[in-house]
Amino acid sequence: MPAIRTYTRPMTGWWRRSSFYSWYMLREASSVIVTAYALVLLTGLWRLTQGEQAFDAWRASLASPLAIAFHLLALWLFVVHTLSWFKVMPKTMGFVRIGGKRVSDGAIIAAGRIAAVVCTIVAYALFRWGTS
Amino acid sequence: MIKRSNKPIFWALFGAGGMLCALFGPVLVFITGIAVPLGFGASPDAMSYPNVLAFAQHWLGKLVLLAVISLFLFHGCHRMYHALHDFGVHVSSGMKAAFHGFAALGSLAALVLLIKVG
Repeated sequence: MPAIRTYTRPMTGWWRRSSFYSWYMLREASSVIVTAYALVLLTGLWRLTQGEQAFDAWRASLASPLAIAFHLLALWLFVVHTLSWFKVMPKTMGFVRIGGKRVSDGAIIAAGRIAAVVCTIVAYALFRWGTS
Repeated sequence: MIKRSNKPIFWALFGAGGMLCALFGPVLVFITGIAVPLGFGASPDAMSYPNVLAFAQHWLGKLVLLAVISLFLFHGCHRMYHALHDFGVHVSSGMKAAFHGFAALGSLAALVLLIKVG
């Protein structure tokens, strides 16, 4: 049987066609860096179980220019993730009602982002307190 | 009997990882990847071997490390699997198993290492 030859719309480079698509792809790219960062931490944990020398070698590798560049890129994409995660939250969670009134989308987004700022400050303060 | 979907499990792991990442991801990357290696906003021996060992040997530290590594992996792999379609890759159930299996293996490795560290 001959293959049916229907028209297939070419989709090559579709994410460059509009800035909305480009932002979508940037958001999705953050999943790669989240996975990579988890693997960096897993490697550190593995080196930790091998003793002080192995762990110090891992720490030294974190200070290499390549590792710093990776973490700067990661920091940017993690912030993109934080902003977009709360931006879509009104769509991903059910309606929230306080006193019978529906909480507006803007309030949910703002609350999520404020929570992220609070968590950042608390985590950094705990880190400073724990390592001082 | 209706075959139950495994979707809620992976969706829950994706959601938990996404929330943890959104709340604590940037500050974690800043601390471990920038502040400590560059000695910028952190003491240079903040991640010294004795410090990190003590952290990994405490039950709360173990919980934090396991949650971060495992949930970040499940979150990232779940989304990479779904992003394959955007790159014109037709996904199969085998590919789904590979992506989620990778996250599961990584989580298992973290668990084993956290037990091993004492």
